[in-house]
Amino acid sequence: MSLLPWFVVVWLFAVGLYGIVTSRDLIHQVICLTVIQSSTYVLLLAIGYRRGAAAPVFATLPSSSSAVDPVVQALALTDIVVEATVLALLLALTVQAGKRFGTIDPQQLHALRG
Amino acid sequence: MNAGQRQWFFGCSLAAFVGLLLWGVLGLPPLGHYRGPYGDAINQAVVAQRHATDAIAAVNFDYRGVDTIVEEFILFASVAGCTLLLRQQRDEEAGMARTRALEGRMGQTSAAVTALGLTLAVPVALLGWYVVTHGQLTPGGGFQGGTIMASGAVFLYLAGEYVTLRRLNPPPLLEVLEALGAGGYILIGFAGMATGAAFLQNVLPLGRVGQVNSAGTIWVISMSVGMEVAAAFVLLATEFMEQALDLRQRRRI
Repeated sequence: MSLLPWFVVVWLFAVGLYGIVTSRDLIHQVICLTVIQSSTYVLLLAIGYRRGAAAPVFATLPSSSSAVDPVVQALALTDIVVEATVLALLLALTVQAGKRFGTIDPQQLHALRG
Repeated sequence: MNAGQRQWFFGCSLAAFVGLLLWGVLGLPPLGHYRGPYGDAINQAVVAQRHATDAIAAVNFDYRGVDTIVEEFILFASVAGCTLLLRQQRDEEAGMARTRALEGRMGQTSAAVTALGLTLAVPVALLGWYVVTHGQLTPGGGFQGGTIMASGAVFLYLAGEYVTLRRLNPPPLLEVLEALGAGGYILIGFAGMATGAAFLQNVLPLGRVGQVNSAGTIWVISMSVGMEVAAAFVLLATEFMEQALDLRQRRRI
């Protein structure tokens, strides 16, 4: 059971990569990239997890009590921000590709470029 | 290389890669047995040192403050890139003529969607501001609250009030807000240097633990980031919205 999160990490990464390689649609490909990135959230949060510990918010919790690692949670937040920005840029590129070439199938885009 | 060969090649490399990744993660400490010293050090020090009760916001805006400046500028650069990519093409109309043209392209929004959008916009934006200003106390902060605030504007777009908003000409205002938010963070950093301390050192009065105006610069930076993030996401939504309207027009021709 304690290995489950690591398997989820590997599975999300592999399945996202498979999606990117076999995709026939740029938007689908971008979504697959976000699936890969979500594997990093699971990895970060699983690393900082401590059994039986509380969230690192000491509003009502005494500051001496055991809490999970706030550093990896802050990193996950950074990760999400970066994902959102990458997503926006890639979708903007997709819009332009669709406008210019009339298709968003990456394999046909390749053929168009020759 | 044809598609079949490519898949075969990919399958082999994926198998090798997954094997390597599995070998790597299986060497990690078992789940639930956290060993790193940094998380514990911050958890024990954060309330006494920074008077902040949310350790994550304290890490983001204080202990790792310089990283977050870079993160914020990634967002800034990405929005600039999107604006550049989605900018008007030369054959597309400019300025108010464009706004009027967009008006004609808006579809009819149903009354129920309009009512719901208009009702939700302000409470959602307010909730976002609440999350921004309470980031140092409970889960929240500039990034989370900023996106919630931006979704208030998205509700207005959903309500079909896009053209009304466009007439108020929000992009220049949003750009100023975004720049103020991003620049404000750096200015707060320099405030530390002006008093003889280090860049981004928490030099403001820390206040009482649990109060809204506590935690010194964490609170101020959180609001600055919230403003930047909200403006950035509204700007992004605006750009994509205009692009969609442009494409709708093209399809009609």
